[in-house]
Amino acid sequence: MKELLLIAVSSAFVNNVVLSRFLGICPFLGVSKNVKTAAGMGSAVVFVITISSLITGVIYRFLLVPTGFEYLQTIVFILVIAALVQFVEMFLKKLMPPLYNALGVYLPLITTNCAVLGVALTNVQKSYTILQGTVNGAATALGFLVSIVLMAGIREKTEYNDIPESFRGTPIVLVTAGLMAIAFFGFSGLI
Amino acid sequence: MNKCMERLYNGLIKENPTFVLMLGMCPTLAVTTSAINGIGMGLSTTVVLILSNMLISMLRKIIPDSVRMPAFIVVVASFVTIVQFLLQGFLPGLYDSLGLYIPLIVVNCIILGRAESYASKNPVLPSIFDGIGMGLGFTVGLTSIGIVRELIGSGKIFGLQVLPDSYEPVTIFILAPGAFFVLACLTALQNKIKNKMVQKGDPSSEKIGCGTDCSSCGRKNICGSDTINNA
Repeated sequence: MKELLLIAVSSAFVNNVVLSRFLGICPFLGVSKNVKTAAGMGSAVVFVITISSLITGVIYRFLLVPTGFEYLQTIVFILVIAALVQFVEMFLKKLMPPLYNALGVYLPLITTNCAVLGVALTNVQKSYTILQGTVNGAATALGFLVSIVLMAGIREKTEYNDIPESFRGTPIVLVTAGLMAIAFFGFSGLI
Repeated sequence: MNKCMERLYNGLIKENPTFVLMLGMCPTLAVTTSAINGIGMGLSTTVVLILSNMLISMLRKIIPDSVRMPAFIVVVASFVTIVQFLLQGFLPGLYDSLGLYIPLIVVNCIILGRAESYASKNPVLPSIFDGIGMGLGFTVGLTSIGIVRELIGSGKIFGLQVLPDSYEPVTIFILAPGAFFVLACLTALQNKIKNKMVQKGDPSSEKIGCGTDCSSCGRKNICGSDTINNA
C-alpha cells in the first residue's frame, strides 16, 4: 500500500507529466483557454489513461511476454490505444450519453496525446505489476488534470493583462508554464 | 531535380517544423538539455521520417482511404522500432539519455503530418526529399535550442567548456522550466518578425507560424484543435 502511494504521489506531482516530463504538451497548450474545456479534456485523459494502462499491462504480461514478442510493444501499444479510444467513444455514446456529451469531443484528440503511450511504455520500463501500472496511469493522468486546469485558470486571468505585443498568445503561455514548472519543483522534497 | 531542391528549402526554412510550424513540441522541450541530445533526437526522427515517407509514398495507391491512418501508424511504428534497436545496439549512450522519447517518435505529429499531407499524395523521390528537408529542419531546430540551453545552463557547447570558469552556470536552463522559457523567447521573437511583416503588408506573412490560431491552418484536420475552439 505504501509503495502504491509513493508511485501515485511521485507520478502526479513530483514528476508531473506535463511540467517535468513534457508529455502531452499539445493539448496542454491548445485546450487550456478556459477552465471548463480544460477540465473536460483533463477528465477524458484520466479516463483513457487509466483504462489503457490497465489493458496494455494485461496485454504485455499475458500476450507479449509468453510469446516472446516484447519488441513489438511500441506497435502493439499504439494500435491498442487507438482502438481503445474508438471503443470508449462508441461505448459512452451508447450507454452513458451525459458523460459522452461532456467528454465526446476530446476523445479523438487523445490518440495522438503522447502521455497515453508514454505511460504505457513507462510501466513496462519500470517493470511495474498490473496494479502498480494502473495506479501509475491514474496518478499521471490526475497530474495532467491538475496542471491543465491550473493553467486554464491562470490564462483566463492573463487574458485581460497588458502583455508586451510580441509575447501575446503562445509565448506568454510558455512563460506561465515555466513558472508553474518552478512551482512544481517544490514537490520534489516530498519523496 | 528542381522539385527535390524546393522540398529541402521548404523543410529547412519556409516550413521549418520547430520554428515556423511549431510541431513536435514534446521532444523539442524534453531532449534539448544539450546540443548533442538535440542532434541525436533530430537525426533519429529524420531517419524515421525519410523511411516512412518513402514507404507510404510507394503504397499510396494500395492503402484504402478509409484505413489510411491506422496503416500510417503501423508503418511509422515499425520504423521507430527498427531505429530504437539500432540506437540501443550501436549508440547505447545516446539511447540511455533519450530514453522514453525514442519510442515516442511514433506520436510525433511531424511524421504523421507529412505522411498525411505530402507522402500520401506525391511520388517517391519528392517524398524522400520532403522527409530529408523536414527532418533536417527539425534537427537544426532542436540543435539550436540545445546549444542555447547548454551554453547558458552549463557553459558548454557539445560538452566542451567555452565560457570561462568564472561564469556561474544558470542551472535552471537545463532543468524543465528552462525549456519553457527558451521556447517562449523564440516564439516571441518569431511573433515580432511576423508583426513587422504584417505592418509592411507582406501577404505571405499570414501563413507563417502556428501559434494557437487554428482556423486558417491547413493542418487543422490532423491537429484537431479547431474542433475544440468551435465546441
